[in-house]
Parts: sequence; C-alpha cells; structure tokens
Amino acid sequence: MASTQAAGGGAPPAAPKSRRSVTGTRRAVAALFLLPALVLLGALVVYPIGYSVIRSFYDQSGDGFAGFDNYQALFTDDGIRTALKNNVIWVVFAPTVATALGLIFAVLTERVRWGTAFKLVVFMPMAISMLAAGIIFRLVYDQDPDKGVANAVWVGVHDTFAQSSAFPKAHPGRESPLEAAPGGGFITKATVSAGTPVTLPLVGVAPDQMPDDAKRAVQAKADPDGITGTTWQDFTRGKGVGTLGGVDASELGYAGLRIEAVKDGKVVASTNAADDGTFTLPAAAEGAQLRLPPDNFKEPYNGVDWLGPSLVTPSIIVSYIWMWAGFAMVLIAAGLAGIPRDLLEAARVDGAGEWQVFRRVTVPLLAPVLAVVTVTLMINVLKVFDLVFIIAPGSSQDDANVLALELYRKGFSEDQPGIASAIAVFLLLLVIPVMWFNVRRLRREVRR
Amino acid sequence: MRSTSSRNRTSRAARAAAAVLAGALAVSLTACGGDDDNGSGNEQGGTGQETGSTVTLPKLNGESLEVAAVWTGAEQANFKKVLAEFEKRTGAKVTFVPAQDPIINFLGSKVAGGQPPDIAMLPQPGAIKQAVEKKWAKPLGADAIKELQENYSQGWQNIGKVDDKQYGVYYKAANKSLIWYNNQVFENAGASEPKTWDELLTTAQTVYDSGVTPFSVGGAEGWTLTDWFENVYLSQAGPEKYDQLAKHEIKWTDPSVKDALTTLAQVWGKKDYVAGGATGALQTDFPASVTQTFTGGDQPKAAMVYEGDFAQVNITQAKAEVGTDAKVFPFPTVGDTAPVVSGGDAAVILQDSKAAQALATWLASPEAATIQAKLGGYLSPNKNVDNSAYPNDVQRKIAKALIDSGDDFRFDMSDQAPQAFGGTPGKGEWKALQDFLKNPSDIAGTQAKLEADAAAAYGN
Repeated sequence: MASTQAAGGGAPPAAPKSRRSVTGTRRAVAALFLLPALVLLGALVVYPIGYSVIRSFYDQSGDGFAGFDNYQALFTDDGIRTALKNNVIWVVFAPTVATALGLIFAVLTERVRWGTAFKLVVFMPMAISMLAAGIIFRLVYDQDPDKGVANAVWVGVHDTFAQSSAFPKAHPGRESPLEAAPGGGFITKATVSAGTPVTLPLVGVAPDQMPDDAKRAVQAKADPDGITGTTWQDFTRGKGVGTLGGVDASELGYAGLRIEAVKDGKVVASTNAADDGTFTLPAAAEGAQLRLPPDNFKEPYNGVDWLGPSLVTPSIIVSYIWMWAGFAMVLIAAGLAGIPRDLLEAARVDGAGEWQVFRRVTVPLLAPVLAVVTVTLMINVLKVFDLVFIIAPGSSQDDANVLALELYRKGFSEDQPGIASAIAVFLLLLVIPVMWFNVRRLRREVRR
Repeated sequence: MRSTSSRNRTSRAARAAAAVLAGALAVSLTACGGDDDNGSGNEQGGTGQETGSTVTLPKLNGESLEVAAVWTGAEQANFKKVLAEFEKRTGAKVTFVPAQDPIINFLGSKVAGGQPPDIAMLPQPGAIKQAVEKKWAKPLGADAIKELQENYSQGWQNIGKVDDKQYGVYYKAANKSLIWYNNQVFENAGASEPKTWDELLTTAQTVYDSGVTPFSVGGAEGWTLTDWFENVYLSQAGPEKYDQLAKHEIKWTDPSVKDALTTLAQVWGKKDYVAGGATGALQTDFPASVTQTFTGGDQPKAAMVYEGDFAQVNITQAKAEVGTDAKVFPFPTVGDTAPVVSGGDAAVILQDSKAAQALATWLASPEAATIQAKLGGYLSPNKNVDNSAYPNDVQRKIAKALIDSGDDFRFDMSDQAPQAFGGTPGKGEWKALQDFLKNPSDIAGTQAKLEADAAAAYGN
C-alpha cells in the first residue's frame, strides 16, 4: 500500500491520459480477479449471515413472520440472560488474565537459560484441541479426590491440617439408647449410674473401615466405683445386627471413640474407648448423660465443588487460560524481541530498577502487541463453546452457559432455529466493535 | 539481523513441510493397509458361513444404505455386527451414521440438506409421529409388516403406528424398571431383595447400617432422574394418570405428582443415602454411577443403582459378572402394582427403496435380534427371539419379564414429552429434577417449575 501511494505520487503528469483510456479494461480485469474471492465470500460468509438475520425474524417453523419476538425472547429468557452474564465474565477475565500471564512468562523466560524449553512447555497446550483439553479438565476437576487432581491436591493440603475422624458414617441403629444431641453427635436418652454397665451400640461402619487397632468388642464388667460401658459396631457382617443392643462374637469395638459425661449441659468427665470398645468414667459421672461429641463423626473433607453452580465458570476459564496463555506468551515474546535493547540499557544506566524498567519502558513499548493479543483473545472468547460444553456436567450446564452454547442448545436440541438465529445475530453485533477496533489498529500499523 | 532470521525461518519452514509431508505419506500408507485388511476380512466372512434362515431377503448387490442411530461404544459395535450379517446375506453395503441426541433434530438438518439416511432408529413414539407429520417417514411395505406381525405383540406393533399406518419396527427395547445391586454388599449386610417401596427403605437402612451407602444416582444426566420419577409415579398414581400426565392433560401441580416427589424424597432426601451426597450425584454421569456400584470389593461407593437393562454394558465394563456380582430386582411396588416402564428404538424408513424395506424386514426378524442378544446389553421386544439367546440368567429374566408383560407396559414418559421439556440437558424436567435432588424438601417449588416448563413446551 505504501509503495502504490509512493508510485502514484511520483508520476502525476502522465496519469490523466493513460487512466482514461484503460479504465474500462482495468475495471473488468479487476472484477475478474476479484470474482473467485467474491463468490466464495458471498457463498460462505455473506449469505449465511444474511440468512441468519432473515431467519431471526421468523418463527419456529420458519413459515410465519415473527417480527422482533425472537429478540424479545433473547432478553427475557432466563437461560440466555445467564449466558449473557457469563459471557461478560469471560470477556473481562479470560483475555486479561491470559495476556497478563503471557506477559509475565515472556519477560521472565527472556532471562532464563532454559527459556526456550520453558516456552515450549507453556505453549504445548495450544497443540491440543479444545475438545481434548475439555476432557482433560473434566477429569482434573472431578469431585472424587481419587480421580480429580485438583481435589486430590486440595484435600491433601486440607487433611494435613485437619484430620478427619474414624467413624464418619456411624449412627445409632434401631431401638437405640442413643439419640441425636443438639449441636451434633449423639447422647444417651437415660442417665447412667455406677454399677450398671452402659451399652452404646452404633452402626454404619464396615469392618474394613474400622481403625486398625480396633479389637473384638467386650461386654464391660460392672464396677461399683465408676461408670463402665462398651461402645461398638452393633452389626455382624452377613447377619445384620445379630443381638440387637448386645455384643456379638465378631463385632468390633469403636477404638478411640471420645465419650463425654454431661450434667446440666456441663462436661463433668470424659474418656476415650479402649481398643475393645470398653471405657471407664470416674464416679463423678454418676447421674450424667453420656454424649458422643460430633468430632467423632466428622465427615471426611470432600474437597471443593469445582464444577458446582458457583465455581463452574471460573474453573472453565482457568482451563481456557491454561490453553491460551502460551499463545499470548509467544506473541508477546516476539514483540519483546523487537524492543530496542538500548532503550532498556539507557533506563538502567539512568538508575532505574528492574521493576521500573518493566513498568515504564517494557510495558509501554509492548502496548500495541498487548492490545492485539487481548483483542484477539476477546474475539476468541466471545465464541467459546467447546470447553463449556464438555467440562460442565449436565447439572450445571445451565450455570456455565454462554451465548454460543445457548445458540447450539436452542437451535439443535430445542428446535428453536428462530431464537438461535437471533442469538447468532446478537453475537455478531457483539463481535463487530472488537473487530472494527482490530482492523483499524491493523490499518494504522500498516500505514506506519 | 533481519535477514538471518528470515533465512532461518525458511529453512525451518522447509523442514516442517518435509516432516508434514512424511507424516501424511505415512498416514495414507497405513490407511491403505487398513482398507485392504477390512476388504479381505469381509470376503472371508462372506464365503465362510451358511445359515438356514426364516427370513427371506432379496439380493441387493451394489445397493448402499445408510442407517442413523445415536448408539455409541459397545452398543454401536454390536449393532454393526447385525448390519454386517445383512450385508453378507444381501450383498448391499450398509453404513452406520452416528447421530446426536436428539436424533429428530439431527435428521432435520440431514433432510434439509437433501440427504436423509435411508433408515433411522428413533427412540420415541413422539419422534415417529413428528417424522410422519413432517412427511419424512415412509410406511413399511408388505414384507416388513408380515415379518413384524409374526414376531411382535400387538402393543409393540401399535406404538410404531401413526394414523393406523405402520411406520416403525421396534428393534430394541429397554426395561427401565430394574434396580441393580451389588450382591456382595447385600450378603455382607444380610439384606434381601425388596418387593415393595417400604421394604426397599428397610433394605436401604440395613445396607446403610452395615457401612455402605445404599444408592448410586447418576444425576449429571437428567434422564436417570426422570426414570426414577416415572417408576414411582406409574406405580403410585396408576397407568391412567400416567398417560394423562404424559400428554399434559393434568398439570404437574397435581397432588399425585406431589405424592410421587414426596416418596422419592424418602430416598433422595435422606442424609447419606445417595453416594457422594447430592452434589456428588449431580456430577456423576450414568456410566460412573454404575461402575462405582460394582467396583471396590466389600466397600463400593454404593450398593444399589437404578436403571434399565442397558446398565449391564457398564457393569461388564466394571469387570463385574452379571448374575453373580451384580444382581437385579424389579422396581418395587409403590402403589398397587409394580411398574413396567419401557423404552425402545424403532427403525423408521426415511428413503423408500427395496433395500431399505429389506433392512426393515431384517431388523424385524428374530435372527437379527438373536445376533445382538447373544452379545449382551440388548433386549428385543421380538417375542420369537429364543430366551436362551441371552447370555445370562439375569438377561433371560429381564427379557422374559418384558415379553410376559405383553401389552401392559408404559413407554418412558419423558420420551413422550416434547424435547424441550423431557429431553434437553440442563432444561425442563431434567433440570427441575436435578434441582429437586439438590433440595428435596422443596416439593412445591419443584412442581411449580415443572409445570411452568411443561406449559411452555407443550404450548398449553
């Protein structure tokens, strides 16, 4: 373009004569050369867009004119409104975070000896299709810590600080002397007295889940000077409860179960059950109720509900960033290579710290590249579909919805082509300003 | 500086191009090899076997057919074997076209594109009706109807009819009134197969007391939840109300729906009765819900999983033996009689031709059904399929129950409902029941949401 301008400016005197005589043929030749591109563009771009626009004004069957009904549905339908909201979240966060990470990686790798290797690793996710990435992250975010690596890490960290209990699912069986205590745990219905052994039967813990030191439960002996009793799993494998409320041969004691004696809401004595489930409390516990505090029954920590309604969109955005940060990094690194070194050196000589050099010199010089990367990613994000479609389980697909997915659902599973076309047109309108910005920038760049 | 970098780039580009070219060559070579193998395999198969048959099929050398169905995995592979046998007998070439749910919309785009498959397997009576209304479906010819009448009970013939014309051959049936359980867990707990809903609750409690979570629910896909509801509703409210609700002649705010949801909440709403809790269940897809019930030795994630006979495919994948490790009991009686909810896929002709009619006839024959029955994970409504064709006792039991129920079965309700209500992930009934699983105390709210979505989808 610059060269044609220069040529035009260089030879004005000869122009008028030759231009008039050849204009006709020139136009024809130009048209001829443009024709293939025009036909392709027309058939593959203009026609589908035009048809979508027209279709969006027709009803579901495509026979009746519907006016703006489909567009009205667009802004009243709850599903589409969530999709719109999520799209805004996507457009705001995904491109900025990906670009920021890309910038950090690019600047840092420039100074590392193994920079290229590092870049390669960061860029590698780009080689994976969105679909495969989606499947990978569906597994990463799996709720079960045995399958999902995200929860495995999370639970691992959590459990090093807070141990889970040995009897999470233990609960009183039929006709139990225990009842649920206010504030969790269980409490005896009656008070205890010295000389009468107490039985605290519980069920719900399978033999293989018992603590390793648990031994066969033993009926506690009566002790006139203190409270004695047994707490055990009142369930024999293969036989049900056996003797209800009585210790059977193969039943195991609840080794280490915490037992508190409570009088008037105050704990007067407490102990832990022995390996065979027996326990002894001092005479002070006379006339108290025995409580099994809720700590005994704390559920194992199950990790974070990554794909639940509230976290699903951020989780998917993270997977997107995993893919595209590498793309941003490569473009920014290319831009970085083009920055004149002497400017950085000059800044350093003038006494600027590394952070100042980065803030005041590198970033401003990179601004055009950063803008291009962000805008490209924005266009990319507006049409995001595959990751959301694959990662979000059916139950939270509604909460993770984005416009492109809603378009698909309306068009192909709900048989509402009119509304789907309206969404498509709406998406186009959203992309146009971003594209316009990009094209304008590009033109300015070329002019420069 | 710039020039060196550009030189580097060209050489790198050239190297890359060479690599791509080499790769492409390798791919095309292997592709050729693959084709050859397939070709010779088919020929061998063609000359190898001779079977005495009851169904007469014309010679169709040079004809080619396309069959569209939504089946994947083992189900698809097994069905392809049935198609291969047809190819062998007639000489026609049959291509399997994998379709997406909902298949009726998939077909819509194919028809709009002018290239519908010759035969499509439609999973719902509503879809057959839709296909007829849109003039896509072509009625069955005399041969196919004759084969159908010989082999199918009146009830199964009727649901393939629209306006008294036969369009569909129900090639595959599903018995969706079964609860699968882990035999080891039941033995450990000393639990027994329940017959009624109350017994089911007792059994569940016993299993829970033994230290195993009673139920596994695949709530990530809403259809398992609608199937639960349908069984409870059919048994509790009775077939008449079931039919009315399926047609949306009574509202979802009806007291009978409230009762069914209340009953359902006795299982879904009880703490620790559902593996992983409600949030866990909502992220468990159907295959995982089955596998987790039959893996883990004495300590599986759950003891029972509700779903149709097709769950066997997943049980087998979990390396469990159907009939010994995994056993089954019919869905218990909630009201007066035990429910029999069924489903099925009907072959419908979309492009009428001699070959398409022949394939429909073939699919209506007991021989075709027997091939797939032997492979497992498949149930045929064809009453002339020998019960011994099924690979194990459990299969035989399920098949017998289905054939014996005669015309007393009810078709899956959500399959009869409009797609937007009964068959879209994250929408309508699927979503409403998922929300109900998360919050089982909100019965009135669930009913209101179901009714609002149903009214919008049925348009009344």
